[in-house]
Amino acid sequence: MDNIMSIVMAIFGATSQGLIWSILALGVYITFRILNFADMSCEGSFALGGSVSAILVVGLHWNPFISIIFATIAGMLAGVITGFLHTKLKIPAILSGILTMIALYSINLRIMGQANTPLLGESTIISIVKGLLPAAKAIGMKDSTLQYWVILLVGLLFAAAMIAILYWFFGTEIGCGIRATGSNEAMVRAQGENTDRMKTFGLVLSNGLIALSGGLVTQTQGYADVGMGVGAIVVGLASIVIGEVILHKRISFAAKLISIVIGSVIYRIIIAVVLQLGLNTNDMKLLTAIIVTIALSVPVLKKNKTKVVREGEV
Amino acid sequence: MLQISNLYKTFNANTINEKQVLNGVNLQLTPGDFVTIIGGNGAGKSTMLNMIAGVHFPDEGSLVLDGIDITLLPEYVRAQYLGRVFQDPMMGTAADMEIEENLALAYRRGKKRGFRWGITKEEKELYVEKLKTLDLGLETRLTSKVGLLSGGQRQALTLLMATLQKPKLLLLDEHTAALDPKTAGKVLELTDQIIRANSLTALMVTHNMKNAIQYGNRLIMMHQGKIIYDVAGEEKKNLQVTDLLSKFEIASGEEFANDRMILS
Ligand SMILES: Nc1ncnc2c1ncn2[C@@H]1O[C@H](COP(=O)(O)OP(=O)(O)OP(=O)(O)O)[C@@H](O)[C@H]1O
Ligand SMILES: [Mg+2]
Repeated sequence: MDNIMSIVMAIFGATSQGLIWSILALGVYITFRILNFADMSCEGSFALGGSVSAILVVGLHWNPFISIIFATIAGMLAGVITGFLHTKLKIPAILSGILTMIALYSINLRIMGQANTPLLGESTIISIVKGLLPAAKAIGMKDSTLQYWVILLVGLLFAAAMIAILYWFFGTEIGCGIRATGSNEAMVRAQGENTDRMKTFGLVLSNGLIALSGGLVTQTQGYADVGMGVGAIVVGLASIVIGEVILHKRISFAAKLISIVIGSVIYRIIIAVVLQLGLNTNDMKLLTAIIVTIALSVPVLKKNKTKVVREGEV
Repeated sequence: MLQISNLYKTFNANTINEKQVLNGVNLQLTPGDFVTIIGGNGAGKSTMLNMIAGVHFPDEGSLVLDGIDITLLPEYVRAQYLGRVFQDPMMGTAADMEIEENLALAYRRGKKRGFRWGITKEEKELYVEKLKTLDLGLETRLTSKVGLLSGGQRQALTLLMATLQKPKLLLLDEHTAALDPKTAGKVLELTDQIIRANSLTALMVTHNMKNAIQYGNRLIMMHQGKIIYDVAGEEKKNLQVTDLLSKFEIASGEEFANDRMILS
């Protein structure tokens, strides 16, 4: 019974965590899937968002909500840098991202002045929202359970807001231009749009979302760490591909965005369950790589299967 | 209309792969000219069109379109004056986007793009009307992904997109070469129809000499980066394929070296 209870709690925690991290996945989706740009700066901008948010709260005692706005802006600037390296200096996409990522490692250390910044004793987004609600005891809840509920609520609100913004944005003229750039650059130029501008726009939006996610993760876990972005790309991709596997490929854009959030939650649940079953946290990166590999190979395997059937028929 | 003066272009200059592609091209178009361009492989036809479009920039010479010096304008800026259809049917459209979304992108050629909706209701009605003129049944498939269309359908759509905003100049680079003969004929007819209906000025590269004679009011032949033959009006109308072949041999002192042309 206790065991089941702890698994339920773990899943609950994973769900709220998945929502917070889903913003990262949405950002990764913009570059990797919509813009067709393998942007590695993501790992750096995630930690950048965390660092900026943490230092503004701890060092300057700013309102944590304002701190994540600045975290987002910092991420957007990182996107500008990657865009500049790629479009103006003509550095290949992957390398541009890696350069920004590496540079951000040092910059994040500079921002925080140390590798790790705990938010101990500072008010966070979670503590502020929690403060608005009745005390855990008053509603007969464990404090940790209420904490999960608050994270769930915050995550849900942010994920919903971001989906709404992205849905609107990619329906605008500029949004359509970015989508077309990901599909066929030559055509976009022939139709009179500057593809460099479109790519930079996409990178700015993506890295802004990723840094926002980093800021929110910092606020929920109570610290920022210079290494918190390691593997973030693969986590984002895992969420995207899990979402694609569970929902059909031919769905509306809004449903696609929602499927990414669901994918992110499922990913966290898988991790939580596996941890409960006794796997070590150090194995998580390996596990993530395996999940992404499986999810990516499902469509390929399905295709091969139908091919075999067809060949058999002939 | 379009004035090309002394255009020179060498690719990979000062390397072993150096290749002089345009060797002093001069060409003047009058409004309403529909010029067909023929020439052997590597004659520089595509390069000339790409230079007008801004894909490549000339080493020397100038391009003036309707009084505007476009020689150094970036590709996306001069696109406001140009309609283009490419040889590769994949190149003119965004495969992952819907038919109406592709049209909406083309509808905004030369206009500032901002945070307004990428496609409006009134536009969709316009697109249905325009698609009907293609007579390919695309007007009922506005929200189909372009990637699902055949090569011929994609070229017809690209043609429509190129002319949705009336271009000062329409550039067609072997835009029917990748299609089967029947579809190619249809797309060519459509091209002629659209050019006439909108009184467009156009440059059309083709490897089919019959088509080069049949369509347009003027024909030019290119060889080794130069225009070696330029004919218009009645004289062009009365041309025969054999005339073109002998013109080529006289002008170049060689046999016509385009396999595809001999076949067609
Ligand atoms: N970007 C480039 N870099 C180097 N060489 C090029 C480039 N583009 C074209 N060339 C070379 O320039 C020459 C002329 O090419 P172009 O495409 O203009 O010929 P074309 O007349 O269109 O021939 P075709 O009938 O085969 O299409 C060819 O030898 C080609 O290999
Ligand atoms: Mg060519």
